[in-house]
Amino acid sequence: MTSHHHPHDDHDHHDNHFSDMQARVKALESVLTEKGLIDPAAIDAIVETYETKVGPRNGAHVVAKSWSEPEFAEWLRLDATGAIESLGYAGRQGEHMRAVFNTPETHNLVVCTLCSCYPWSVLGLPPVWYKAPPYRSRAVIDPRGVLEEFGLALGAEKKIRVWDSTAELRYIVIPERPAGTDGLGQEALAALVTRDSMIGTGVAMPPGEHAGDRP
Amino acid sequence: MNGAQDLGGQHGMGPVAPEKDEPIFHADWEKRALGLTLSCGAFGAWTIDESRHARESLAPATYLSASYYEIWTRALETLLQRHGFVSSDEISQGRMLEKGRKPKRILTADRVAAVLATGGPCDRPAPAEPAFAVGERVRTKNFHPQTHTRLPRYARAKIGVIEAVQGSFVFPDDNAHGKGENPQWVYTVVFDAPEIWGEGADPSLTVSIDAWESYLERP
Repeated sequence: MTSHHHPHDDHDHHDNHFSDMQARVKALESVLTEKGLIDPAAIDAIVETYETKVGPRNGAHVVAKSWSEPEFAEWLRLDATGAIESLGYAGRQGEHMRAVFNTPETHNLVVCTLCSCYPWSVLGLPPVWYKAPPYRSRAVIDPRGVLEEFGLALGAEKKIRVWDSTAELRYIVIPERPAGTDGLGQEALAALVTRDSMIGTGVAMPPGEHAGDRP
Repeated sequence: MNGAQDLGGQHGMGPVAPEKDEPIFHADWEKRALGLTLSCGAFGAWTIDESRHARESLAPATYLSASYYEIWTRALETLLQRHGFVSSDEISQGRMLEKGRKPKRILTADRVAAVLATGGPCDRPAPAEPAFAVGERVRTKNFHPQTHTRLPRYARAKIGVIEAVQGSFVFPDDNAHGKGENPQWVYTVVFDAPEIWGEGADPSLTVSIDAWESYLERP
């Protein structure tokens, strides 16, 4: 699993696993390259895209605009794919987008219990925990317990809605706008929007903090 | 299939343990695994549904102990062999031993931006009017196919309410096995937690799935 960065786990076994994978993937890339089936430079270009171009700052832009412009929020509600595409974010694993809005009454949480479905076009590649068995097994049965592990304690009166991404729709949570942000422009607002707040495992940050400091 | 991938509601998997300052990749091989998976997917030889089925067909002990990029890599090896692009000897030796099949398309670096920007939409014209309407109560079917399905076990034979009619989409249960796209309406169906989890369930919790029409019946 992910234990190579959790040294308290059974890390000898997993370290072996880990170097096995290095050799295994290298062998596969070698034979595919030799047979002319892949272009190694295409792999570099794919990696660069998700390291530098497509990530959660895209989603933060979407959220900040929806907080600032009621017409855009309404467009997101009715046609999230089109509204998000208007900002230049589209394509792989963002073809069929839905935006779900947190309210004072309801908190939304997104999971894919069956695999790793995630809205790449607005959030980039999913974190390891999103694809791993603990989150996928528990988000639908014990979301409050899961949220506590993220440091998020919701009041008992708050309803929770979990969206299991079992089809090709990809969900982005629009967190509630934090209090005390009335005078802020879109760029300053976007800085308060964490990746986790758009999955539902967090909330937007209060003004004065910065999303770059938190996942 | 009732494989290890169908994790909703399982116990004993441990804490979520989100990482502080998680990097996008934890090792170089993960970058190559991502790129290989997308590059080979671009051959057009198999569908995303067949890929998912190859991943969930890994032995449960392997699936549960592997990172997701390892799951992708192992499934990719299966798909490349099944479709005649490489042999198992070539995979274990890491070199070409025979010619093998050529794909329709090879993803070159200059096409990456366009291919990622287009993605692979899987909405399709609807074959008929939707059978269910928003607000209607439905029951999910009770079935346990050994083949691919996107109806999780925890949501089988449960009563829920149609919240949205989401459009007509490729039907993965057929498409994963080369039986055609056979599009169907997809609905967001919401369940109260006590309907799914019974005694002791959190009454403030609702869970939704996106269900193809043939997963649903009138209660």
